[in-house]
Amino acid sequence: MSNCCSCGNNDLTLLNETLEHYASVPGSLITILQKAQGIYGYLPADVLNYISDKTGIPAAKVFGVATFYTQFRFKPVGKYLIMLCQGTACHVNGSLMLEKTIFDTLGIKDGETTADGLFTLKNVACLGCCSLSPVMMVNDETYGNLTPEKVRQILAHLREEAEKEAQE
Amino acid sequence: MKTVKVGQGSCGISAGAAKVYSALEKTNLNAKLTVTGCIGMCYLEPIVDVYDENGELTRLVRVSENDAQAIADFVNTGDASKVKKLLVCEEDSLFLKKQTRIALRGCGIINPDEIDDYVENGGYTALKKALTEMTPESVIEEIKIAGLAGRGGAGFPTWFKWNAARASEGEEKYLICNADEGDPGAFMDRAVIESNPHNLIEGMLIGAYAIGAKEAIVYVRAEYPLAIIRLERAIEQVKENGIVGENIFGSGFSCSFRIKAGAGAFVCGEETALIESLEGSRGMPRLKPPFPAQSGYWRKPSNINNVETFANVSWIIENGGEEFAKLGTPDSKGTKVFAITGKIKRGGLVEIPMGMKISDVIFDIGGGMKTDKNFKCVQLGGPSGGCIPADMHDTEIDYKKLSATGAIMGSGGMVVMDESTCMVGMARFFLDFTAKESCGKCTHCRIGTKRLLEILDRICKGEGREGDIELLEETCNEIKAGALCGLGQTAPNPVLTTIKYYRDEYEAHIKEKRCPAGECIDLLKYSINPEKCIGCSLCSRKCPVGAITGEIKKTFTIDNEKCIKCGQCLDACRFGAVEKR
Repeated sequence: MSNCCSCGNNDLTLLNETLEHYASVPGSLITILQKAQGIYGYLPADVLNYISDKTGIPAAKVFGVATFYTQFRFKPVGKYLIMLCQGTACHVNGSLMLEKTIFDTLGIKDGETTADGLFTLKNVACLGCCSLSPVMMVNDETYGNLTPEKVRQILAHLREEAEKEAQE
Repeated sequence: MKTVKVGQGSCGISAGAAKVYSALEKTNLNAKLTVTGCIGMCYLEPIVDVYDENGELTRLVRVSENDAQAIADFVNTGDASKVKKLLVCEEDSLFLKKQTRIALRGCGIINPDEIDDYVENGGYTALKKALTEMTPESVIEEIKIAGLAGRGGAGFPTWFKWNAARASEGEEKYLICNADEGDPGAFMDRAVIESNPHNLIEGMLIGAYAIGAKEAIVYVRAEYPLAIIRLERAIEQVKENGIVGENIFGSGFSCSFRIKAGAGAFVCGEETALIESLEGSRGMPRLKPPFPAQSGYWRKPSNINNVETFANVSWIIENGGEEFAKLGTPDSKGTKVFAITGKIKRGGLVEIPMGMKISDVIFDIGGGMKTDKNFKCVQLGGPSGGCIPADMHDTEIDYKKLSATGAIMGSGGMVVMDESTCMVGMARFFLDFTAKESCGKCTHCRIGTKRLLEILDRICKGEGREGDIELLEETCNEIKAGALCGLGQTAPNPVLTTIKYYRDEYEAHIKEKRCPAGECIDLLKYSINPEKCIGCSLCSRKCPVGAITGEIKKTFTIDNEKCIKCGQCLDACRFGAVEKR
């Protein structure tokens, strides 16, 4: 799997409770993958293989399902996950300009993470906050009515916050 | 006692409603403080509704956490002087006055976390009536009289689907709710679930009784965490109250209820793809027939309806199908919920009777454009729909009349655009979406959408060729004819409608290498008008790439080789000297 960067040594036992509960329930693969991503933050290859072993679902199908849905990711994300809305309302109100601003400021495109591991950018279809468009969500916080200037301020503020935390 | 309700749908929370709520908690507020869902006036969030002892409402809008004490003082003393700037204005209250709320009834009024609140407002009486006084056949008959059609977009008669599932042989049947609202620019279903989850549960249970299902499942989009939390809580409450489970209301009817979170795939809005996903597979559509009514979830008879469809059901059972059918047009009965967004002044959630004119929705309810530019067109139905130009604004909202324009009713996304939106760019935007979301099962959709996107890409870049419009049309028609499911069959609609109504824009891109709306970056050229430029150098200082040079008090010039067309010079110039072409 070219898009799986990690075959690392993850603690697979963390998944046992989920597997005990769901492994024998037909049709639960997506639920198991969601729980696994909740635990590890992404879906490492060894975790996917472990799910295949424990459920008896062929690894090809586990990988096939995981790669089909946009929710699943195969690389760890940065401290701040920027979900930039690319819905119709945000598009009409200038989301492309914001994407460019993020690229100019952080040097990352959709799906990439900054070298310092702080920011990951992900374009998403619609966050459903259309009346605040253009919108982005950073971790659980939503920022609306954005302009390139506002985006630059938010990113600078988050970077400061992270630096402060690191010093403490 | 007075009641203070803070609107906490996703929109409200994004705008800061949760902070307002906790700030109010810390004040000396002498009233019952509670949460409600989406009021629909998303553009005014956060909203705080104050109900006095007689149920009289005072609505406070665009509230911030710093207003908490002023609000508490107003509630405690009745003196509105400190909250004057927060009072909703007369013009804004028109937003709700022109609406008729059936699917959205209770939204923004009841507390979505409290089953008691729903029951006190008449909740679950329709279910009780259906289970104890009506046969499944008479429930289906009532829905038929109502003329309820699927609100997910296709507008297929609901009674017909229910009847087919009921008629199918087999003990094991499933009722599924499609809450995988994937249209970018649409949030009707999310609002219904977040604001009134019990209404969905009640509608689904009535449907389950009608078709004879033993299990009801809601397939919710994973990107809607709050909707999932509220629905889960509501399901716990109905279980505790014996409203789902064995022998509901002593009627002998039993039905279980659960949620399944989707994982992000637009194609799962197609019913057979949704079933594949429910079964834990890749969401790829199945060949039809057999239809889900004969062979659906785990190959058992299944019925799938959209959230808004179910949200109408309990009202119909309670008030009778005839009452519902009185609203609307001969072809389209009842009401329809729309999420109006884009360049509109009052964006939010509206529910209107079918038959209303598009212009009434945009201008009377939505308040017209929020910019100083003219209304250009409205996009209905998202990636499966099309746009309706301004000169057809008196088209009535009706399944047949909308289809005649080339657009569709759709699930309710209504994105309003002004003259600054490029129609070729808009078509490109939707094709970029459908090409990414195509599941890849059938060739027409997988390859066809990709080819359309390539052609649109080159037109937007100024590399369009003679004959590209005809090539687009031909490819579109082939995809429509050959694609396996609704996603592919409707994917060409945004291209076909924009060519139909804005062919001149396509031609300007291809022949003159010009974007009339001034949106396609590659076709833009910035220049400085020497007659207006006073040589202040502000643009030059703002330019991030050093493309603007000149001497102070003399005319500055832009080097178009270096220019990245970010538009910062245009925003910076106070003399209107920077021109965009």
